[in-house]
Amino acid sequence: MTAANPLMPESQTASQPLDLSGQLAKYREDFPILSRTVASGAPLAFLDNAASTQRPRVVIDAISHCYKHYYANVHRGIHTLSEESTMRYERARKTVAEFLNAASPNEIVFTAGATAAINTVARSWGDVNLRSGDVILVTIAEHHANIVPWHQLAERTGCRVEFISLQDDYTISDDQVAEALKRFEPKLFAFVATSNVLGTEFPVARWTALARQHGAAVLVDAAQAAPHQPVDVQEWDPDFLVFSGHKVCGPGGIGVLYGKEHWLESMPPFLGGGSMINRVTTSGFEPAGLPEKFEAGTPPIADAIGLEAAIDYVRQIGLERIAAHERALCKVADGGLRELEGVTVVGPTPEKKCGIVSFAIAGVHAHDVSQQLDTRGIAVRAGHHCTMPLHHALGLNSTTRASFYLYNTVDEAERLVEAVGEVRTKFAPSGRRRRRR
Amino acid sequence: MQNEQDIYEEHVLDHYEDPYHRGALQDATHAHEADNPLCGDVIHIDLKLTPQGKIEEAWFDGEGCVISQASASMLIEAIEGKTLEELQTFSADDMLELFGPKLTPNRQKCCLLGWRVLQSAVHSPLGGDEDDDADGPSFGGPSLKEES
Repeated sequence: MTAANPLMPESQTASQPLDLSGQLAKYREDFPILSRTVASGAPLAFLDNAASTQRPRVVIDAISHCYKHYYANVHRGIHTLSEESTMRYERARKTVAEFLNAASPNEIVFTAGATAAINTVARSWGDVNLRSGDVILVTIAEHHANIVPWHQLAERTGCRVEFISLQDDYTISDDQVAEALKRFEPKLFAFVATSNVLGTEFPVARWTALARQHGAAVLVDAAQAAPHQPVDVQEWDPDFLVFSGHKVCGPGGIGVLYGKEHWLESMPPFLGGGSMINRVTTSGFEPAGLPEKFEAGTPPIADAIGLEAAIDYVRQIGLERIAAHERALCKVADGGLRELEGVTVVGPTPEKKCGIVSFAIAGVHAHDVSQQLDTRGIAVRAGHHCTMPLHHALGLNSTTRASFYLYNTVDEAERLVEAVGEVRTKFAPSGRRRRRR
Repeated sequence: MQNEQDIYEEHVLDHYEDPYHRGALQDATHAHEADNPLCGDVIHIDLKLTPQGKIEEAWFDGEGCVISQASASMLIEAIEGKTLEELQTFSADDMLELFGPKLTPNRQKCCLLGWRVLQSAVHSPLGGDEDDDADGPSFGGPSLKEES
């Protein structure tokens, strides 16, 4: 993102300090939920943002305002409310296009989420373009949402899924990518921009360029990237890119499929139904143009409008500043956790990752870690985070993950480190004896 | 701290660190093992049943969180000497009660893993053509960790 974008507020230009600290208290007040306590009575430190973020008042209000004042079904309604809803729904699409710097709003398809967006590509583009013996290349760090649809596609077409492994420092080198592209000659290289467990940020533009050299199409899973850093689809140049609304302070149930227009034009619709047609007869149908072709049924109207409010909100703060803020918190948490005995940080050092810190404690299950942190008000996630192949490759059943967003504080990062230290003590063997029955 | 009930009560941690009959039973007549792939908890149960249908001896092994392991220890301790008829009346709610501290639905799955393995173990004689490929307990409802 550069100052060249006329929609970008001036406060976001690179000359401004990338520090939220001055306004952090104000931002936190924008999120009503942050002032609550948890079951134990402790104040909430919400560090589960990679799973889902919280909503600022402007998003809640935008949805509420829609339902209170102008909600109706969109398109083809010849009445005031429908016209107004349609206008707002399509304006939201335009805002998303600007957010990603897409060439046209026609390249923006509203879906139920990032998962639905990837499934749409697999079912539509995949079924048409993949044959038996073809390869889909992914990384071992993918979320299940970027693995299972390809396994399903393999079942339907006979194509297969190949994985690029991780290096010891939780990164993947350009050489590994180039080698895999050369060896497998994949039809599609589908990869995550930012790992939802490791926090590793992969060099999307470079990998896309490599894939181009080998004739592979590219899908980028930007679920953990779009909410946290500037994303420019013309600079990254993928064929497809997906993200979810709820991870960027937006409503649940809405996500975005970005696709290059020529692909979306050539792809058959996936879901059939209302809205996605020009004409239906007793013998067939003629699909609508973009983007309606991929939006069968009544779309998530108020959710799209809420997503627009969320995007406006984070853009106003500035994605560069959000990224820098999260990086600062990550540094505190990552550094602190690495100093604790028995704690292993699962992921690269802070300069190679965003605001996600996953860790494992020797001898303590992640669920017990998470449960215990909850009594201190700290919400983290425990488990495999929908990345079973990654955990298997790392030889771990589960990890505990803290993930930051724009409203988190240094104090919360420090509370995390302190509480993790206590957890270890709590579960360490201490010569306990069971009472005999 | 504050007013919450600590689910890691003393007796839970006691069972975790000093479990009852943790290990293998050499002359087991029945056995079953299952895991919860969502969190990696595994429980294996060995039973020695008399021809009259009494649980003469019970052992467990496994790995996983405090709740899954401590609850299995409590269960094994509680069911030894019971008949299969008595076992039939020991419901999931009874298991949660035996465990003690109140658990949220997600953690109840951890607590009930051993109990579910036991339900299968009594129907899984060793040495025969038992279906040790059984998928193990099926956990209904929303998955524990299918998020992102």
